[in-house]
Amino acid sequence: MAASPDKARKATKKPADAMSKEELLGAYGRMLLIRRFEEKAGQLYGMGLIAGFCHLYIGQEAVVVGMQHCLKEGDEVITSYRDHGHMLATGMDPKGVMAELTGRIGGYSRGKGGSMHMFSKEKGFFGGHGIVGAQVSLGTGLAFSNWYRENDNVSLTYYGEGASNQGQVYESYNLAALLKLPVVFIIENNRYAMGTSVERATASTDLSHNAAPWGMPSLAVDGMDVQAVKAAGEQAVAHCRAGKGPFLLEMKTYRYRGHSMSDPAKYRTREEVQKMRAEHDCLDSARKRLEELGVSEAELKTLDDNIKARVQAAADFAQASPEPDPAELYTDVLVEG
Amino acid sequence: MTDILMPALSPTMTEGTLAKWLKKVGDEVKSGDVIAEIETDKATMEVEAVDEGTLTEILVAEGTEGVAVNAVIARLNGGSEAAQPAPAPAPKPEAPAPKAETPRQPAPAQVLVEKEWGKTKPMTVREALREAMVVEMRADKDVFLMGEEVAQYQGAYKISQGMLDEFGPRRVIDTPITEHGFTGMAVGAAMNGLKPILEFMTFNFAMQAMDQIINSAAKTLYMSGGQMGASIVFRGANGAAARVGAQHSQCFASWYAHCPGLKVVAPWSAADAKGLLRAAIRDPNPVIFLENEILYGHSFEVPEDEDFILPIGKAKVEREGTDVTIITFSIMVDVALKAAEALAGQGISAEVINLRTIRPLDIETIAASVKKTSRVVSLEEGWPFAGIGSEIIATVVEHCFDWLDAPPARVAGVDVPMPYAANLEKLALPQPGWVVDAVKKLF
Repeated sequence: MAASPDKARKATKKPADAMSKEELLGAYGRMLLIRRFEEKAGQLYGMGLIAGFCHLYIGQEAVVVGMQHCLKEGDEVITSYRDHGHMLATGMDPKGVMAELTGRIGGYSRGKGGSMHMFSKEKGFFGGHGIVGAQVSLGTGLAFSNWYRENDNVSLTYYGEGASNQGQVYESYNLAALLKLPVVFIIENNRYAMGTSVERATASTDLSHNAAPWGMPSLAVDGMDVQAVKAAGEQAVAHCRAGKGPFLLEMKTYRYRGHSMSDPAKYRTREEVQKMRAEHDCLDSARKRLEELGVSEAELKTLDDNIKARVQAAADFAQASPEPDPAELYTDVLVEG
Repeated sequence: MTDILMPALSPTMTEGTLAKWLKKVGDEVKSGDVIAEIETDKATMEVEAVDEGTLTEILVAEGTEGVAVNAVIARLNGGSEAAQPAPAPAPKPEAPAPKAETPRQPAPAQVLVEKEWGKTKPMTVREALREAMVVEMRADKDVFLMGEEVAQYQGAYKISQGMLDEFGPRRVIDTPITEHGFTGMAVGAAMNGLKPILEFMTFNFAMQAMDQIINSAAKTLYMSGGQMGASIVFRGANGAAARVGAQHSQCFASWYAHCPGLKVVAPWSAADAKGLLRAAIRDPNPVIFLENEILYGHSFEVPEDEDFILPIGKAKVEREGTDVTIITFSIMVDVALKAAEALAGQGISAEVINLRTIRPLDIETIAASVKKTSRVVSLEEGWPFAGIGSEIIATVVEHCFDWLDAPPARVAGVDVPMPYAANLEKLALPQPGWVVDAVKKLF
């Protein structure tokens, strides 16, 4: 039965009660960790310690943190090159992530992957992919492996609204719906594919409707609100776990920084960015709610200090860790034996 | 006191112009505030503050050109963070920098000894491929077959006939015609530990999926520092069939062989097909398995031993000779053997090497043979430019230069898209006579 997209676009819970005080405090801490980590990464890039491409996640933190609340051991996460936030959300060590950014042996890929290519089997993180849209088919394949093994694991497959125009993304919707694969397609609609706004790139900008031709249910979600993300995520993940096939979530979000470090961001106004920061920031709204719930300023300050210290420790580690041995050049091309 | 440093704003920036200060001494600065504008060779960029505090000093005036990255441009007072340390150069390991890879030296020449597998029975290449998949799927539940028409239709070329009945629809899976998508899906399944056999109806259609094969399957092991790879076989018909025109008649051996992270196999006989496909399925790496449609119906003797398997990376001397070595693969082995027969009638003893594996190339067998015969001809159906013949000849020159009595020669398909007309198609593909002519020029 084809799901009506309009019917499916109703969240089951009011966002405000999606998280308990403890959960919200935890989510706030994880979002803050990503924010501080990315600010530090930007700083290290400016100092020449991180090179190449470096795509920061600042502004979008609520999406991965909210979604991670819906997962259990064994679920898979895969995303594009804007991946630092996803890695931290899955619980990967900030030291290993930062050391990969600096290209050191202590990095998750021993310095051979860089910002865009990190993986952790242990945490169910399958990369870090640099070709726009490619991870969507791969994430469908992760869901395929769950279907094949007849377990109840779910694949969270993230991509931007720019990638959502790629042919293989539509191919993946079709394959997932045909085989009823447990994949949550998560469009992080941050409104700009590098310098091209969604209006200039996509004829129909209501991306949650993209699910309709395949009878896939979908929701459009306020991706700047971690509780709204969690509420929608729970609905989507439950649908997949129950064997009902894929689910699409369009997360309406925003990135504060440029596409990558070398983006002057002339395609949007400073006012637009400041308005999003001032009125929709995921940290501000979560902090406000926590205060309403009785969390003291001192508690929040302690949390902030702890996170700053963790990020500083990651930055220190990433500078102290040695470069990979030259012999590493030739390893890991093929599995030997 | 926190130093604000001139930031690098692109992968290649070493210096820039400090175009404008947007804050002045005494201003409060918050994380995210734009404090200055910097012009690089590409664009004008805004610099956002990371640290917080009061701006106490501006050390580089606006309008200053050629400000080096990491120069201190201003100072902040206060904030909770300690001063940024100057960027320390990365500690370097003691080992010397890598040198350009020297050609691998072949081990001392030795005659390749095929393991004796005992009794044989005749079998078509089609049956051999099917048997290899069936045996491996019975042995390992993580192995499955996916592709267009592989299940209900029983295979576009009937390779997978009967497999749906034995293994069911979860292990023999029909896909829609969506190569890019299903290839990515199969690679994703492999990254999660399954061992897909992905059938392309022909390798021409795999061009749609090239990105997933190279960027996802071949590179992930390296990019993940060895954490995650893809045990996957991409198989299907490669090269010219008969009268199917330019878009359906192309050899992709050199495309895939170019790429580290892949193994590339091209069987000729039914024994090659069975033994190598079993090895490919068991291999923990992505393997490109190039079959040939015309050979599917050809019969060869295949060992009956249920453990029969062939190693990837080992060539086979199909015919021994003393005067010239013809090195080839897939259906061109037939052409080479016919040429060798004709040459024997003219008093020239030709050795024929069936490469079986294109990458890794069996340099030992090639070098041993060329050192014996001192003459070499490469033969392939694909185009000559940057083809497999180019690689074979470069390898021979690197390893056997002093043994050569004549310049190496190559025979390849004609450098044009495949024509449809029967006479033109025949003119485009290597014939035994071409090889005979090429060999005779070496004497």
